[in-house]
This record gives sequence, C-alpha cells and structure tokens, in this order.
Amino acid sequence: MVKYLARRIFYLILTMFLIASVTFFLMKLMPGTPLNNQAKLTASQIHTIYQQYGLDKPLWQQYVTYIVNAVQGNFGTSFQFSNQAVSYLIGSRIGPSAIIGAQGMILGVILGICTGSLSAIRKNTWVDGTANIISILGLSIPSFVFAILLQYYFGLKLQLFPVAGWGGFASTILPTIALAASPFATTSRFVRTEMVDVMGSDYIELARAKGLSRFGIVFHHALRNSLIPLVTVIGPLAVGIMTGSMVVENIFSIPGIGEQFVKSILVNDYPTIMGVTLLYSGLLCLVLLITDIVYGIIDPRIRLSGKGE
Amino acid sequence: MDAEKNILEVQDLTINFHTYAGTVQAIRNVNFHLKKGETLAIVGESGSGKTVTTKTIMGLLANNAEVAKGTVKFHGKDILEMSEKELQAIRGRDIAEIFQDPMTSLDPTMRIGRQIAEPLMVHKGFSKSKAEKQALEMLKLVGITNAEERVNDYPHQFSGGMRQRIVIAIALVCYPEILIADEPTTALDVTIQAQILDLMKELQEKISTSIIFITHDLGVVASMADRVAVMYAGKIVEYGTVDEIFYNPQHPYTWGLLNSMPTLDTAKGQLEPIPGTPPDLLEPPVGDAFAARNPYAMKIDEEQEPPFFKVSDTHYAATWLLHPDAPAVEPPAEVVRRQKIYQERLSAGTINQGHIHSKGNTAFAGADDDDAIGE
Repeated sequence: MVKYLARRIFYLILTMFLIASVTFFLMKLMPGTPLNNQAKLTASQIHTIYQQYGLDKPLWQQYVTYIVNAVQGNFGTSFQFSNQAVSYLIGSRIGPSAIIGAQGMILGVILGICTGSLSAIRKNTWVDGTANIISILGLSIPSFVFAILLQYYFGLKLQLFPVAGWGGFASTILPTIALAASPFATTSRFVRTEMVDVMGSDYIELARAKGLSRFGIVFHHALRNSLIPLVTVIGPLAVGIMTGSMVVENIFSIPGIGEQFVKSILVNDYPTIMGVTLLYSGLLCLVLLITDIVYGIIDPRIRLSGKGE
Repeated sequence: MDAEKNILEVQDLTINFHTYAGTVQAIRNVNFHLKKGETLAIVGESGSGKTVTTKTIMGLLANNAEVAKGTVKFHGKDILEMSEKELQAIRGRDIAEIFQDPMTSLDPTMRIGRQIAEPLMVHKGFSKSKAEKQALEMLKLVGITNAEERVNDYPHQFSGGMRQRIVIAIALVCYPEILIADEPTTALDVTIQAQILDLMKELQEKISTSIIFITHDLGVVASMADRVAVMYAGKIVEYGTVDEIFYNPQHPYTWGLLNSMPTLDTAKGQLEPIPGTPPDLLEPPVGDAFAARNPYAMKIDEEQEPPFFKVSDTHYAATWLLHPDAPAVEPPAEVVRRQKIYQERLSAGTINQGHIHSKGNTAFAGADDDDAIGE
C-alpha cells in the first residue's frame, strides 16, 4: 500500500508539472497584454512595467523562473491587484467556492442516489419516468441558464433567497442548487442503471429466496453493490463542479475562485491564471487519488489485490 | 397416495407469460406432489418449464407471469393465494432454493458468514452474533475447511465448488422442509459435481428435508432422485420411481433422453441426439407436443393430446403408445437393453434397490404392484 501510494504521488507531481508547463505556454499565446490602457502608454513606460514583472525576458527564462519559484511555494504576485500574492488572493477567495462546491456536490450526489435507486426499484412506472425526465433536464440544461432561472424566480420574483452576493447561509442556497443540478443528474442516471443491473442479478434473487423483505434486499444488498461503482464518477463530477463554479459564481457575484479565474483570464493576469489552474488540477488529481483509495476500501475484491502488491 | 404425507401438492398448474411476441404457455396443466424426505427430480431440456415451476413454488414469478389455473399447496395452503408477507415468511425458512451458478449467486460485497446468517436473523429473530455463530456451524457442516477463519471472507476468495457449498449452507441454515435445487451442479466441474451431490444427500439425511431437483442431466438424476418427472414443452409427460424411469421408460421422449445419455455399458461410439427442437410455446401444437420430433408418432398424436396411462401405481406416462389399440413398437436398442435389465431385476426382486442407488428407495410403491408393470 505504501509503495502504491508513493508511486501515485510521484505521478501526481509529474502530472502537475506537465499541466503547469503546458498552461504556461498556452497562456502566453493568448492575445492581448496584461496592460489596461496600452494605447496611452509610451514604449519606454511599457518596457519599464515589463521589466518590473520580468516580462521582458525570453519566454524560456520566464518559464524556468516561474517553475523554480512555484516549487518553492511562491506563485508570484497578481497583476490586477498590486502587491497581492497569488497564494493570498486564492486563500482569501477559496472559502466561498469551497462552501458552495461542497454543498452542491453533497446535495447533488445524495439526491441523485435517492432518485436513482427509487426509479430503479420502481422501474417502468411513473416514478421512474418522472425521475428520468428530471435527470435528462438536469443534464441538458446548461448551468448558466438554470442559475439565471433560479435567480429570477426564487430570488427576484418570489424573493425567497438573496438574488446575488455573499453573506450567510441563505445566500449559498441558490448557487448550491445551481451547482448541484449536474452531479444530481449524473448520479441519478448512473445509480439507476447500476441498480437495475444489480436488481436483476442472481444474488438479489437469492436474497429474495432467503425471505428478505423488499426493504432488506435494497438496503443490505442492492444499495451497496450499486453505489460502489459510483465512486468512479466522483472525479468527473468534481471537475463539473469546478467548471460549473466559474459560471455560477459569476452569475451570483460570489467572491470565489471561479469568479476570480474568469476575471484574470480577461485581463491576462498571468500569475493568477497559473495559480488557479494549478489549484484546480491539484484538487482534481487529489480527488482521483482519493477515489482510487476509497474504491479499494469499499470494494473487497479490489482490496485483496491491493494487499498482494 | 397418502395426502397427509404430501408436503407439497401441485395441481393443474398453468402459467402464461405475457410477452411482446404474445402469450407464452410456459406451464400447461402440471401435476405433481412431494413427500416428506424424498427427492423428486424434474428432468427436461431447456425451456421445458422446469425453472418456472420452481419459481412458482417460491412465489418468485416474474411480473409478466400469470397463473391461469391451478394450485400449489404447501401443507394444504395454497402458495398462489398468499400475500407477499406470507411468502416472505415461508421463503428461506420452509422452502429454500439453491441456484445454478454459484459464481453469481453470492453478494460480492458481503462477508459469507453474514450471508449465511441472514435467513436466521430474518426468520428466527436471532441476534447478529448468535446468527453468525450458527452460520459458522453451518459452514463446517458443508465442509469448508478452516471455517473459523473463512467465515469473514468474501465470495471472490472461494472457488466455484466452495461457493456452491456456501449457497447450500445459506439454503439449509433454517432447516427448510423443501429444498429446491435448480441445476445446482451444472456450472461446476465434473469432479466437483459429485462432491456437491454427495454433500446434498448427506445433508438431506441430517436435516430430513425434501428435495426438488431440477436438472437436464439424467446421469445426476440416477444418483440423487427417488422419483422422476420428465417435462417436455411445459407438461409432465412421464413420471415414476427412478428405476421405472431409467429401466422401464414408456414415453418416446424419455426414450430419446436415455438414448442420448452416455453410459459405461453402451457399446456405441456415438450418442444419439433427439432430432429437432422443442415446439414454440407461443402456439403449442394441438396433439402431443413431442409428435413432431417423435419417430414413433401416430396420426392421433397430431390431433389429440394423450392422457396419462397408468403403468404402475407410481408410474404414469402420457403417450398414445400405451393405449390398448396402439400397435406394438420397438423402442431404441438402448431402451430395450434397459427394459431387459428391468425384467431381470423385477424377477430377482431387486428393483427397489437398484445398483445405481447408494441408499434405499423409499418412494417405490412395493412389490404388490409389480404385475401392473409392463404390458
């Protein structure tokens, strides 16, 4: 297990390095400069600013400097907010993102498990049909449309929740729901398929032959077996939440990382773009690693082969 | 027939399946009974309705199945009339089942001890620890070595034969009155098959359960069953004691089955299959369903269904060949050979304890009926 973990962490670092390198060069290919009013500045002024931020050096030198600093934990200072370190900027904004992201994920997955199992148990009934329609809507409606609809109806018309902004639990509800839509739909469809499969298996038939009640069968045998494979989609779901948060945070004006990321790209704030990209990819790699470990813990068949290594 | 001793009585059972293609008449007027402690084998090829019969007894028919007619009486009470709750109380406690494929019939994510303990917790209200203790005893009983250590293992850590032993332990843990074994050895290696069959016989004596043994393998039947019912196209076409079916078969389909079975005695180098395929049960044929594949078929076989003709008190066959007006036919050589053995053993008085039997055959009606056998 230790050997396995060490190998996985080595690959994680390698992946992060590759992502950092590719992003660095791609980012430099983007049109525009970090300067706000380039037209008004003289050539020497631009040169001074570039010198100040090290942007006058050859690309490879900038790259080496960045990587060397990043390895030491220094992700540079933001261009748009003078004298704010990127790590400080991210740190101050990660809270709201983490809260709505986690809430959205948990809400979506739990609701998805309930709906998915329910529609599998009541296969081909109106329950199943309704759940199906809801999941397909959840998958196909883009999150910005859904977020705006929520904002308009529940925020503006019914005035149940704050329209936008950040402050207190109430303000997290609409963004959470908007973020939860996609993981909910994915989980629901996934669990339904798995559970229908499991319910048709021989060991469920055997459980029925044992005289177990419907509830006992679902609870003790079907649920566990259909939820194990769900762990594999948690990774992709986390990606969905991260990308979704960029849009949702913008719509609800939440001072989170997603909102900051979009802004930074628009103004070519190179250090912030790099920092957030590394954060996102690091989180994703971590989620995938945890997923694999958890999968091994909850599925006895995999646990055994892990022991043999 | 002593009605008191029959723990299970199936009468006029007719089951249809509603499918997109139409109504499949899977079971047509099936009658049989099961006595305490005996083993009844139901033999037939795929699609003859064996499994549907067992699912009916378990009350586990698929949703698109419709019981058109008949009763399945367990201790005089009709299973088909029972509520789901009543059925749950019987399943696993009074009537248990062993499935065909041990590789898929155990929950892959549950420790086997817990899986064996489950019926005890459901039916006897045992606490988890008490049930698991008993499960351990059961595990020893079915011959799992190192049971104390292995009780906490998962199914994938066992071989196929071991898993089938575990499935048997699950089925027998509540000491059921009826054990339904649906092709329990089909998925196993031949060497393991014999072990599992021996185990089943051994346990049957220990906990005195009756067994309904479903199989397409006549070789297995010979060593297991007391009585045999041969099914074809959703009907029972012949039934009798194991000796009667093996050595004095009357129905051409039973002949075909025996003729296609390899034995050590047969000199033939090749097995003779039954030509053709079973009829489409969406529209079963009017007369004898086997007529189309039957080289001995007569005109009446295509027009009218044959009733059961009595061969002995325990032996009946539904074939027009047994009608007094039917012409005498020469059965296949293999069947003739068997019938000769039957006659010899009949006169020697050893028909009850055939050499293929390891233990006494209790179901045979007795020597008084011998005159009624044969024509």
